[in-house]
Amino acid sequence: MSTVKLTVNGKAVAVDVEDRTLLVQLLRDHLNLTGTHVGCDTSQCGACVVHVDGRAVKSCTMLAGQADGASVTTIEGIAKGDELHPMQAAFRDNHGLQCGYCTPGMIMSAIDIVHRHGGQLDETTVRHELEGNICRCTGYHNIVKAVLDAAGRMKVSQAAE
Amino acid sequence: MYQTTYHRPSSIDEAVSLFGKSSEAKFLAGGQTLLPVMKQRLAGPSDVIDLGKIKELQGVELSGDVLTIKAGTTYFDIMQNADVNKAIPAIAYLTSVLGDPAVRYRGTIGGSIANNDPAADYPAALLALGATVKTNKRSISAEDFFQGLFTTALEDGEIITAVSFPVPAKAGYEKMRHPASRFALTAVFVAQTKSGEIRVAATGASQSGVMRVGAIEAALKANWSPSALDNVSIPASGLLADIHGTAEYRANLIKVMAQRAVAAAG
Repeated sequence: MSTVKLTVNGKAVAVDVEDRTLLVQLLRDHLNLTGTHVGCDTSQCGACVVHVDGRAVKSCTMLAGQADGASVTTIEGIAKGDELHPMQAAFRDNHGLQCGYCTPGMIMSAIDIVHRHGGQLDETTVRHELEGNICRCTGYHNIVKAVLDAAGRMKVSQAAE
Repeated sequence: MYQTTYHRPSSIDEAVSLFGKSSEAKFLAGGQTLLPVMKQRLAGPSDVIDLGKIKELQGVELSGDVLTIKAGTTYFDIMQNADVNKAIPAIAYLTSVLGDPAVRYRGTIGGSIANNDPAADYPAALLALGATVKTNKRSISAEDFFQGLFTTALEDGEIITAVSFPVPAKAGYEKMRHPASRFALTAVFVAQTKSGEIRVAATGASQSGVMRVGAIEAALKANWSPSALDNVSIPASGLLADIHGTAEYRANLIKVMAQRAVAAAG
Protein backbone atom coordinates (compact mmCIF):
# COMPACT_ATOMS: atom_id res chain seq x y z
CA MET A 1 0.00 0.00 0.00
CA SER A 2 1.06 3.55 -0.67
CA THR A 3 -0.48 6.94 -0.16
CA VAL A 4 -0.94 8.76 -3.43
CA LYS A 5 -1.34 12.51 -3.15
CA LEU A 6 -2.67 14.37 -6.13
CA THR A 7 -5.02 17.14 -7.17
CA VAL A 8 -8.24 15.99 -8.78
CA ASN A 9 -10.47 18.58 -10.41
CA GLY A 10 -8.81 21.28 -8.37
CA LYS A 11 -9.12 19.52 -5.03
CA ALA A 12 -6.13 18.06 -3.16
CA VAL A 13 -6.68 14.42 -2.20
CA ALA A 14 -4.61 11.70 -0.52
CA VAL A 15 -5.64 8.11 -1.18
CA ASP A 16 -4.27 4.86 0.23
CA VAL A 17 -4.11 2.32 -2.57
CA GLU A 18 -2.36 -0.93 -3.46
CA ASP A 19 0.69 -0.30 -5.63
CA ARG A 20 -0.93 -2.15 -8.54
CA THR A 21 -3.87 0.27 -8.62
CA LEU A 22 -4.42 2.00 -11.94
CA LEU A 23 -5.22 5.70 -12.11
CA VAL A 24 -8.68 4.89 -13.47
CA GLN A 25 -9.35 2.63 -10.47
CA LEU A 26 -8.27 5.35 -8.08
CA LEU A 27 -10.66 7.79 -9.74
CA ARG A 28 -13.64 5.44 -10.04
CA ASP A 29 -13.34 3.10 -7.07
CA HIS A 30 -11.70 5.33 -4.47
CA LEU A 31 -12.97 8.80 -5.38
CA ASN A 32 -16.30 7.66 -6.86
CA LEU A 33 -15.66 9.71 -9.99
CA THR A 34 -17.40 7.24 -12.27
CA GLY A 35 -17.66 9.60 -15.23
CA THR A 36 -14.35 8.24 -16.45
CA HIS A 37 -15.17 4.91 -18.10
CA VAL A 38 -13.32 1.67 -18.67
CA GLY A 39 -14.12 0.37 -22.12
CA CYS A 40 -11.54 -2.02 -23.46
CA ASP A 41 -9.02 -1.94 -20.57
CA THR A 42 -6.30 -2.57 -23.20
CA SER A 43 -5.30 1.03 -24.07
CA GLN A 44 -7.22 0.96 -27.34
CA CYS A 45 -10.60 2.62 -26.86
CA GLY A 46 -9.96 5.91 -25.05
CA ALA A 47 -13.09 5.82 -22.83
CA CYS A 48 -10.80 6.37 -19.81
CA VAL A 49 -9.00 9.49 -21.08
CA VAL A 50 -8.35 12.14 -18.42
CA HIS A 51 -5.95 15.07 -18.30
CA VAL A 52 -2.79 14.59 -16.23
CA ASP A 53 -0.87 17.85 -15.89
CA GLY A 54 -2.71 19.08 -18.95
CA ARG A 55 -2.04 16.07 -21.15
CA ALA A 56 -4.84 13.75 -22.29
CA VAL A 57 -3.80 10.22 -21.32
CA LYS A 58 -5.41 6.82 -20.94
CA SER A 59 -5.97 6.41 -17.21
CA CYS A 60 -6.22 2.62 -17.61
CA THR A 61 -2.59 2.59 -18.71
CA MET A 62 -1.05 4.52 -15.88
CA LEU A 63 -0.47 3.43 -12.30
CA ALA A 64 -2.02 5.59 -9.61
CA GLY A 65 1.48 6.04 -8.17
CA GLN A 66 2.66 7.61 -11.42
CA ALA A 67 0.10 10.36 -10.86
CA ASP A 68 1.47 11.19 -7.41
CA GLY A 69 1.95 14.95 -7.27
CA ALA A 70 0.07 15.49 -10.51
CA SER A 71 -2.98 17.55 -11.29
CA VAL A 72 -5.74 15.41 -12.81
CA THR A 73 -8.86 16.68 -14.53
CA THR A 74 -11.74 14.32 -15.26
CA ILE A 75 -15.01 14.80 -17.11
CA GLU A 76 -16.56 15.86 -13.79
CA GLY A 77 -14.14 18.77 -13.55
CA ILE A 78 -14.65 20.71 -16.76
CA ALA A 79 -18.08 22.36 -16.39
CA LYS A 80 -18.35 25.63 -14.48
CA GLY A 81 -21.18 24.84 -12.09
CA ASP A 82 -24.29 24.45 -14.23
CA GLU A 83 -22.58 25.83 -17.30
CA LEU A 84 -21.32 23.07 -19.54
CA HIS A 85 -17.81 23.26 -20.97
CA PRO A 86 -18.05 24.44 -24.62
CA MET A 87 -17.01 20.93 -25.73
CA GLN A 88 -19.81 19.34 -23.70
CA ALA A 89 -22.31 21.87 -25.05
CA ALA A 90 -21.17 21.21 -28.63
CA PHE A 91 -21.56 17.43 -28.17
CA ARG A 92 -25.12 18.01 -26.95
CA ASP A 93 -26.04 20.48 -29.68
CA ASN A 94 -24.56 18.36 -32.48
CA HIS A 95 -25.92 15.08 -31.14
CA GLY A 96 -22.33 13.85 -30.82
CA LEU A 97 -23.31 10.82 -28.75
CA GLN A 98 -25.77 7.97 -28.72
CA CYS A 99 -25.16 5.50 -25.89
CA GLY A 100 -22.70 7.94 -24.30
CA TYR A 101 -20.20 5.36 -23.11
CA CYS A 102 -17.26 6.75 -25.07
CA THR A 103 -18.29 10.37 -24.54
CA PRO A 104 -16.23 11.29 -21.43
CA GLY A 105 -13.05 10.09 -23.13
CA MET A 106 -14.04 11.70 -26.42
CA ILE A 107 -14.60 15.04 -24.73
CA MET A 108 -11.36 14.94 -22.73
CA SER A 109 -9.39 14.00 -25.87
CA ALA A 110 -11.22 16.59 -27.94
CA ILE A 111 -10.42 19.42 -25.51
CA ASP A 112 -6.76 18.43 -25.72
CA ILE A 113 -6.94 18.40 -29.53
CA VAL A 114 -8.38 21.92 -29.61
CA HIS A 115 -5.74 23.15 -27.15
CA ARG A 116 -2.94 21.69 -29.24
CA HIS A 117 -4.20 22.88 -32.62
CA GLY A 118 -5.89 26.12 -31.67
CA GLY A 119 -7.63 27.54 -34.72
CA GLN A 120 -5.94 25.16 -37.14
CA LEU A 121 -8.52 22.38 -36.95
CA ASP A 122 -10.19 20.85 -39.97
CA GLU A 123 -12.19 17.67 -40.42
CA THR A 124 -9.22 15.55 -41.53
CA THR A 125 -7.16 16.65 -38.53
CA VAL A 126 -9.98 15.91 -36.09
CA ARG A 127 -10.56 12.44 -37.55
CA HIS A 128 -6.84 11.68 -37.43
CA GLU A 129 -6.46 12.99 -33.88
CA LEU A 130 -9.45 11.00 -32.61
CA GLU A 131 -8.02 7.66 -33.64
CA GLY A 132 -7.29 6.72 -30.04
CA ASN A 133 -10.99 7.04 -29.13
CA ILE A 134 -13.43 4.43 -30.34
CA CYS A 135 -17.18 4.98 -30.70
CA ARG A 136 -19.41 2.10 -31.73
CA CYS A 137 -22.65 4.07 -32.19
CA THR A 138 -22.30 7.31 -34.06
CA GLY A 139 -20.05 6.56 -37.00
CA TYR A 140 -18.06 9.57 -35.71
CA HIS A 141 -19.81 12.02 -38.03
CA ASN A 142 -21.50 14.09 -35.35
CA ILE A 143 -18.55 13.76 -33.00
CA VAL A 144 -16.31 15.39 -35.61
CA LYS A 145 -18.95 18.10 -36.17
CA ALA A 146 -19.11 18.71 -32.41
CA VAL A 147 -15.33 19.04 -32.06
CA LEU A 148 -15.15 21.52 -34.94
CA ASP A 149 -18.07 23.47 -33.48
CA ALA A 150 -16.44 23.50 -30.03
CA ALA A 151 -13.10 24.63 -31.46
CA GLY A 152 -14.83 27.83 -32.58
CA ARG A 153 -16.65 28.24 -29.27
CA MET A 154 -13.48 27.66 -27.22
CA LYS A 155 -11.65 30.33 -29.22
CA VAL A 156 -14.48 32.74 -28.51
CA SER A 157 -14.62 31.90 -24.80
CA GLN A 158 -10.82 32.18 -24.48
CA ALA A 159 -10.91 35.56 -26.16
CA ALA A 160 -13.62 36.67 -23.73
CA GLU A 161 -11.55 35.72 -20.68
CA MET B 1 -2.64 -7.30 -12.36
CA TYR B 2 -0.60 -9.24 -9.80
CA GLN B 3 0.56 -7.50 -6.67
CA THR B 4 3.71 -5.48 -7.09
CA THR B 5 5.72 -2.83 -5.29
CA TYR B 6 6.03 0.52 -7.00
CA HIS B 7 9.15 2.69 -6.70
CA ARG B 8 9.84 6.12 -8.11
CA PRO B 9 13.57 6.88 -7.92
CA SER B 10 14.90 10.32 -8.79
CA SER B 11 18.27 9.25 -10.18
CA ILE B 12 19.71 6.46 -12.32
CA ASP B 13 21.95 5.35 -9.44
CA GLU B 14 18.94 5.01 -7.16
CA ALA B 15 17.05 3.06 -9.83
CA VAL B 16 19.97 0.64 -10.27
CA SER B 17 20.28 0.17 -6.53
CA LEU B 18 16.55 -0.58 -6.21
CA PHE B 19 16.81 -3.08 -9.03
CA GLY B 20 19.64 -4.87 -7.24
CA LYS B 21 17.58 -5.19 -4.06
CA SER B 22 14.51 -6.65 -5.80
CA SER B 23 13.91 -10.25 -6.71
CA GLU B 24 12.25 -9.75 -10.10
CA ALA B 25 12.09 -6.08 -10.88
CA LYS B 26 11.10 -4.36 -14.09
CA PHE B 27 11.94 -0.81 -15.10
CA LEU B 28 8.88 1.20 -16.09
CA ALA B 29 9.31 3.87 -18.77
CA GLY B 30 6.09 5.24 -20.29
CA GLY B 31 4.23 2.05 -19.44
CA GLN B 32 2.34 1.83 -22.71
CA THR B 33 3.48 -1.76 -23.22
CA LEU B 34 4.54 -2.98 -19.78
CA LEU B 35 1.31 -1.99 -18.01
CA PRO B 36 -1.01 -3.70 -20.55
CA VAL B 37 1.19 -6.81 -20.32
CA MET B 38 1.01 -6.73 -16.51
CA LYS B 39 -2.76 -6.27 -16.65
CA GLN B 40 -3.02 -9.42 -18.72
CA ARG B 41 -0.86 -11.16 -16.13
CA LEU B 42 1.69 -12.01 -18.79
CA ALA B 43 4.23 -10.27 -16.56
CA GLY B 44 4.24 -10.15 -12.78
CA PRO B 45 7.30 -8.23 -11.62
CA SER B 46 7.88 -8.16 -7.87
CA ASP B 47 8.87 -4.51 -8.17
CA VAL B 48 8.15 -1.81 -10.71
CA ILE B 49 10.87 0.85 -10.85
CA ASP B 50 9.47 3.94 -12.53
CA LEU B 51 12.06 5.90 -14.50
CA GLY B 52 9.58 8.69 -15.25
CA LYS B 53 10.84 11.16 -12.67
CA ILE B 54 14.54 10.92 -13.45
CA LYS B 55 15.52 14.31 -14.85
CA GLU B 56 18.76 13.12 -16.44
CA LEU B 57 16.66 10.89 -18.76
CA GLN B 58 14.71 13.81 -20.23
CA GLY B 59 15.44 16.06 -23.17
CA VAL B 60 16.95 16.42 -26.63
CA GLU B 61 20.35 17.82 -27.61
CA LEU B 62 21.69 18.72 -31.02
CA SER B 63 25.45 19.04 -31.09
CA GLY B 64 27.09 19.40 -34.48
CA ASP B 65 26.08 16.38 -36.52
CA VAL B 66 24.70 14.33 -33.64
CA LEU B 67 21.12 14.41 -32.38
CA THR B 68 20.81 12.90 -28.92
CA ILE B 69 17.41 11.99 -27.54
CA LYS B 70 17.39 11.06 -23.86
CA ALA B 71 15.66 7.77 -23.22
CA GLY B 72 12.78 9.06 -21.10
CA THR B 73 11.67 11.67 -23.63
CA THR B 74 8.06 11.04 -24.63
CA TYR B 75 6.92 10.60 -28.21
CA PHE B 76 4.96 13.83 -27.95
CA ASP B 77 7.99 15.80 -26.79
CA ILE B 78 10.12 14.26 -29.55
CA MET B 79 7.52 15.17 -32.20
CA GLN B 80 7.34 18.75 -30.99
CA ASN B 81 11.05 19.28 -30.49
CA ALA B 82 12.57 21.95 -32.72
CA ASP B 83 15.99 20.25 -32.96
CA VAL B 84 14.43 16.93 -34.00
CA ASN B 85 12.34 18.66 -36.66
CA LYS B 86 15.36 20.56 -37.92
CA ALA B 87 18.00 17.83 -37.85
CA ILE B 88 16.05 14.64 -38.68
CA PRO B 89 12.45 15.46 -39.61
CA ALA B 90 11.91 11.81 -40.55
CA ILE B 91 12.11 10.97 -36.83
CA ALA B 92 9.45 13.56 -36.04
CA TYR B 93 7.26 12.09 -38.79
CA LEU B 94 7.83 8.51 -37.59
CA THR B 95 6.77 9.59 -34.11
CA SER B 96 3.61 11.28 -35.41
CA VAL B 97 2.33 7.99 -36.88
CA LEU B 98 3.16 5.95 -33.79
CA GLY B 99 0.28 4.92 -31.51
CA ASP B 100 -2.36 7.58 -30.89
CA PRO B 101 -2.19 10.99 -29.21
CA ALA B 102 -2.79 9.65 -25.69
CA VAL B 103 -0.14 6.96 -26.11
CA ARG B 104 2.30 9.52 -27.52
CA TYR B 105 1.98 11.61 -24.36
CA ARG B 106 3.20 8.70 -22.24
CA GLY B 107 5.38 6.39 -24.36
CA THR B 108 9.13 6.96 -24.55
CA ILE B 109 11.87 6.17 -27.05
CA GLY B 110 13.82 4.23 -24.42
CA GLY B 111 10.82 2.10 -23.57
CA SER B 112 10.15 1.37 -27.21
CA ILE B 113 13.63 0.15 -28.03
CA ALA B 114 14.07 -1.76 -24.76
CA ASN B 115 10.91 -3.70 -25.60
CA ASN B 116 12.01 -4.22 -29.24
CA ASP B 117 8.61 -5.24 -30.52
CA PRO B 118 9.12 -6.66 -34.04
CA ALA B 119 6.59 -4.14 -35.39
CA ALA B 120 7.73 -1.08 -33.42
CA ASP B 121 8.80 2.06 -35.29
CA TYR B 122 11.93 3.34 -33.56
CA PRO B 123 14.08 0.24 -34.12
CA ALA B 124 13.92 0.93 -37.88
CA ALA B 125 15.11 4.52 -37.38
CA LEU B 126 17.98 3.45 -35.13
CA LEU B 127 19.17 0.74 -37.48
CA ALA B 128 18.87 2.80 -40.68
CA LEU B 129 20.53 5.86 -39.18
CA GLY B 130 23.32 3.86 -37.52
CA ALA B 131 22.39 5.18 -34.09
CA THR B 132 24.17 4.43 -30.84
CA VAL B 133 22.29 3.32 -27.73
CA LYS B 134 23.78 4.79 -24.55
CA THR B 135 23.22 2.98 -21.27
CA ASN B 136 24.36 3.57 -17.72
CA LYS B 137 27.20 1.15 -18.47
CA ARG B 138 28.24 1.48 -22.13
CA SER B 139 27.52 2.48 -25.72
CA ILE B 140 25.99 -0.11 -28.05
CA SER B 141 25.58 0.22 -31.83
CA ALA B 142 22.03 -0.29 -33.09
CA GLU B 143 23.26 -3.34 -35.02
CA ASP B 144 24.44 -4.99 -31.81
CA PHE B 145 21.56 -3.74 -29.69
CA PHE B 146 18.63 -5.37 -31.49
CA GLN B 147 18.92 -9.14 -31.18
CA GLY B 148 15.61 -10.55 -32.38
CA LEU B 149 11.99 -10.57 -31.21
CA PHE B 150 11.66 -8.66 -27.94
CA THR B 151 15.37 -9.29 -27.36
CA THR B 152 18.14 -6.72 -26.93
CA ALA B 153 21.74 -6.56 -25.74
CA LEU B 154 20.60 -5.05 -22.44
CA GLU B 155 21.76 -6.88 -19.33
CA ASP B 156 19.76 -7.22 -16.13
CA GLY B 157 19.58 -3.90 -14.36
CA GLU B 158 21.04 -1.96 -17.30
CA ILE B 159 19.21 1.28 -18.15
CA ILE B 160 19.10 3.00 -21.53
CA THR B 161 19.98 6.63 -20.97
CA ALA B 162 19.91 8.07 -24.49
CA VAL B 163 20.02 7.38 -28.20
CA SER B 164 22.47 9.28 -30.41
CA PHE B 165 21.66 9.65 -34.09
CA PRO B 166 24.21 10.87 -36.65
CA VAL B 167 22.40 13.55 -38.66
CA PRO B 168 21.94 12.09 -42.17
CA ALA B 169 22.03 13.85 -45.54
CA LYS B 170 18.56 12.50 -46.28
CA ALA B 171 16.09 10.26 -44.50
CA GLY B 172 12.52 9.11 -44.94
CA TYR B 173 10.07 6.75 -43.25
CA GLU B 174 6.89 5.23 -44.58
CA LYS B 175 4.61 2.79 -42.86
CA MET B 176 1.63 0.64 -43.66
CA ARG B 177 -0.21 1.09 -40.39
CA HIS B 178 -2.30 -1.62 -38.91
CA PRO B 179 -5.56 0.34 -38.53
CA ALA B 180 -6.40 -1.02 -35.08
CA SER B 181 -3.06 -1.47 -33.31
CA ARG B 182 -1.26 1.28 -35.26
CA PHE B 183 1.83 -0.88 -35.27
CA ALA B 184 3.64 -1.31 -38.57
CA LEU B 185 2.23 -4.03 -40.79
CA THR B 186 5.51 -3.20 -42.48
CA ALA B 187 7.44 0.05 -42.44
CA VAL B 188 10.73 1.12 -43.95
CA PHE B 189 13.25 3.76 -42.92
CA VAL B 190 15.72 4.86 -45.61
CA ALA B 191 18.78 6.99 -44.95
CA GLN B 192 21.65 8.47 -46.88
CA THR B 193 24.47 9.33 -44.51
CA LYS B 194 26.61 12.42 -44.95
CA SER B 195 29.44 10.17 -46.13
CA GLY B 196 27.18 8.75 -48.85
CA GLU B 197 26.38 5.38 -47.32
CA ILE B 198 22.84 4.09 -47.97
CA ARG B 199 21.15 2.30 -45.09
CA VAL B 200 17.66 0.83 -45.18
CA ALA B 201 15.81 -0.89 -42.33
CA ALA B 202 12.41 -2.59 -42.27
CA THR B 203 10.22 -3.24 -39.25
CA GLY B 204 7.05 -5.30 -38.92
CA ALA B 205 8.37 -7.60 -41.63
CA SER B 206 10.90 -10.11 -40.37
CA GLN B 207 10.46 -13.02 -38.00
CA SER B 208 13.74 -11.86 -36.42
CA GLY B 209 12.61 -8.30 -35.76
CA VAL B 210 14.00 -5.17 -37.34
CA MET B 211 16.35 -5.84 -40.28
CA ARG B 212 18.55 -4.17 -42.88
CA VAL B 213 17.44 -4.68 -46.49
CA GLY B 214 20.60 -5.19 -48.55
CA ALA B 215 18.93 -5.51 -51.96
CA ILE B 216 17.26 -2.14 -51.56
CA GLU B 217 20.42 -0.52 -50.23
CA ALA B 218 22.35 -1.72 -53.30
CA ALA B 219 19.72 -0.47 -55.73
CA LEU B 220 19.50 2.92 -54.03
CA LYS B 221 23.29 3.24 -53.96
CA ALA B 222 23.28 2.96 -57.75
CA ASN B 223 20.35 5.36 -58.11
CA TRP B 224 18.63 7.19 -55.24
CA SER B 225 15.11 7.23 -56.63
CA PRO B 226 11.86 5.31 -56.10
CA SER B 227 12.01 3.93 -59.65
CA ALA B 228 15.39 2.33 -58.90
CA LEU B 229 13.43 -0.23 -56.86
CA ASP B 230 10.89 -1.11 -59.57
CA ASN B 231 12.63 -4.37 -60.43
CA VAL B 232 13.90 -5.26 -56.97
CA SER B 233 12.36 -8.42 -55.58
CA ILE B 234 12.47 -9.16 -51.85
CA PRO B 235 12.37 -12.85 -50.89
CA ALA B 236 9.50 -13.84 -48.59
CA SER B 237 11.53 -16.38 -46.62
CA GLY B 238 11.92 -15.48 -42.96
CA LEU B 239 9.19 -12.85 -43.09
CA LEU B 240 6.22 -12.70 -40.75
CA ALA B 241 2.91 -14.19 -41.84
CA ASP B 242 -0.33 -13.77 -39.89
CA ILE B 243 -4.02 -13.07 -40.43
CA HIS B 244 -3.17 -9.51 -41.44
CA GLY B 245 -0.78 -10.37 -44.25
CA THR B 246 1.23 -13.19 -45.81
CA ALA B 247 5.01 -13.21 -46.00
CA GLU B 248 4.74 -12.47 -49.75
CA TYR B 249 2.52 -9.48 -49.01
CA ARG B 250 5.03 -8.12 -46.53
CA ALA B 251 7.90 -8.74 -48.97
CA ASN B 252 6.14 -6.56 -51.50
CA LEU B 253 5.33 -3.97 -48.82
CA ILE B 254 9.04 -3.64 -48.01
CA LYS B 255 9.65 -2.53 -51.58
CA VAL B 256 6.63 -0.24 -51.78
CA MET B 257 7.28 1.39 -48.41
CA ALA B 258 10.93 1.87 -49.37
CA GLN B 259 9.89 3.60 -52.60
CA ARG B 260 7.56 5.91 -50.71
CA ALA B 261 10.21 6.59 -48.08
CA VAL B 262 12.75 7.58 -50.76
CA ALA B 263 10.16 9.89 -52.31
CA ALA B 264 9.50 11.40 -48.86
CA ALA B 265 13.23 11.82 -48.20
CA GLY B 266 13.65 13.72 -51.48
